[in-house]
Amino acid sequence: MSNTDYPLELPEHDRPMVRFMNVSKSYGRLNVISHLDFDVAEGEMVTIIGPSGSGKTTVLRALMTLETINGGVIYVDGKPLTHMPRDGVLVPADERYQRKIRSSIGMCFQHFNLFPHMTAIQNCMEGPVQVLGLSRKEALERSEELLKMVGMIDKRDQHPSRLSGGQQQRVAIARALAMRPKVMLFDEVTSALDPEVIGEVTHVIRKLVAEHNLTMIMVTHQMGFARDISDRVCFFYGGSIEEQAPPQILFTSPQRDRTKQFLSAVKEAV
Amino acid sequence: MTFNWRWDFTWEILPQLLWATLNTLIAAGVGYAIALVGGLLLALAQRTKWPALTFVVRELIEFIRSTPLVLQIFFVFYVGPQFGIFLSPWVSGIFAIGLHYSAYLSEVYRAGLNSVAPGQWEVCRALNMSPRVTYVRIIIPQALAPAVPGLGNYLVGILKDTPMLSVIGVMELMHTANALGSENYRYLEPFTLVGLIFLLISLPTAGLVRMFERRLRLRLGL
Ligand SMILES: Nc1ncnc2c1ncn2[C@@H]1O[C@H](COP(=O)(O)OP(=O)(O)OP(=O)(O)O)[C@@H](O)[C@H]1O
Ligand SMILES: [Mg+2]
Repeated sequence: MSNTDYPLELPEHDRPMVRFMNVSKSYGRLNVISHLDFDVAEGEMVTIIGPSGSGKTTVLRALMTLETINGGVIYVDGKPLTHMPRDGVLVPADERYQRKIRSSIGMCFQHFNLFPHMTAIQNCMEGPVQVLGLSRKEALERSEELLKMVGMIDKRDQHPSRLSGGQQQRVAIARALAMRPKVMLFDEVTSALDPEVIGEVTHVIRKLVAEHNLTMIMVTHQMGFARDISDRVCFFYGGSIEEQAPPQILFTSPQRDRTKQFLSAVKEAV
Repeated sequence: MTFNWRWDFTWEILPQLLWATLNTLIAAGVGYAIALVGGLLLALAQRTKWPALTFVVRELIEFIRSTPLVLQIFFVFYVGPQFGIFLSPWVSGIFAIGLHYSAYLSEVYRAGLNSVAPGQWEVCRALNMSPRVTYVRIIIPQALAPAVPGLGNYLVGILKDTPMLSVIGVMELMHTANALGSENYRYLEPFTLVGLIFLLISLPTAGLVRMFERRLRLRLGL
């Protein structure tokens, strides 16, 4: 496919919130994602599962523009993200264009990455003030509301070094939400946490699913959690989607051998 | 050989030496301020997306670090005019010393910037921050705390290097002591006093730097 085969914009009747169109990513000679087609509808909660190294993180990072893809186009809300239209064709997006499109995406990381030199509330306010241009008062109100939502309002003036992993991750979720993204990405947000605090983070994500019409893509190793809250589960293998289905179906009657093997291996590990 | 310390001479020259100390402090202070800013700029210039700029800056730093400070001072003062740059001894001296220390401080800043966790850059991008906001609000504050001890060491270093300015006739402490010595044919008292004065300035400086680092870490919550 050449760049002229990709639409400059997705048509009204076929406009998922996120579309990976024939996307490939390689590091040197290692193909991490190959010819991936992947749609996520508005308001959909999609979970990505799969063995280590199957490219789950890479998919999220490509969508967050933390990695540049080598082939294909990613669309967000109908507009190209990795490319931009110029003279009727798509060319690789420049930083300015990408900033505009990227504003509808937010991401939470495995290791929280809070700003260590700022308190919880300052962490949340920084983006709205510096990037969105909100007044301090507006940003404060928005941040307080979100810290309440994640149950962290009583720790608003603590620095991250004084917070537990679960608490830090909840602040990180509030910080990402303060930017009002349309799509939220969660990359193994509970993997670095002690078992007893995983629940407080999953509780927040459940609440998000229940109360907000956010589009979410989540990578997780917690099959039970994925099963409870996902609209669809995608099993990744070798950089492409081996099998995808609603959780009730994928977890109870997987079709592909690799899916079956993976699920039984995961079950044994628990 | 007899050791005779003359107190009357000591008291006589002390006021002049204290005046010269002020000059030394100004030279060190202004030079250091230039180096603090220049060093940061040199460190940041190596992180832009233009490889040519990085290359030029790296070569400049290497050049400055591998040639003597005295040479650089002479260069600015005596060679500058050939390029139409006429600077007084004071200005060329402070400029040269500031530039010299910029090169050293830039390495300290560079290490500080490199010590910021990669995840911090990624989250800035995820929050859609501009490069300016990323550096000013997130990266530089975090790079500063680990850099303070290194930056502080060079504060004492620059103080001890100010006597180099005497080669182009700047009336700092060393030059003044030397002049007093040759006027009176007595060097014991002036040079001993110079040593004492340097000691009295250097010692508390190291302590102040440590205190500043502690307070900075506290303020940044690190
Ligand atoms: N910066 C990089 N340079 C080279 N190879 C990389 C880089 N980042 C990832 N890879 C490789 O790409 C492949 C996919 O990585 P990715 O992180 O997407 O896997 P994953 O499915 O998220 O795995 P895990 O479950 O362990 O997190 C792996 O083989 C990994 O080694
Ligand atoms: Mg991963």
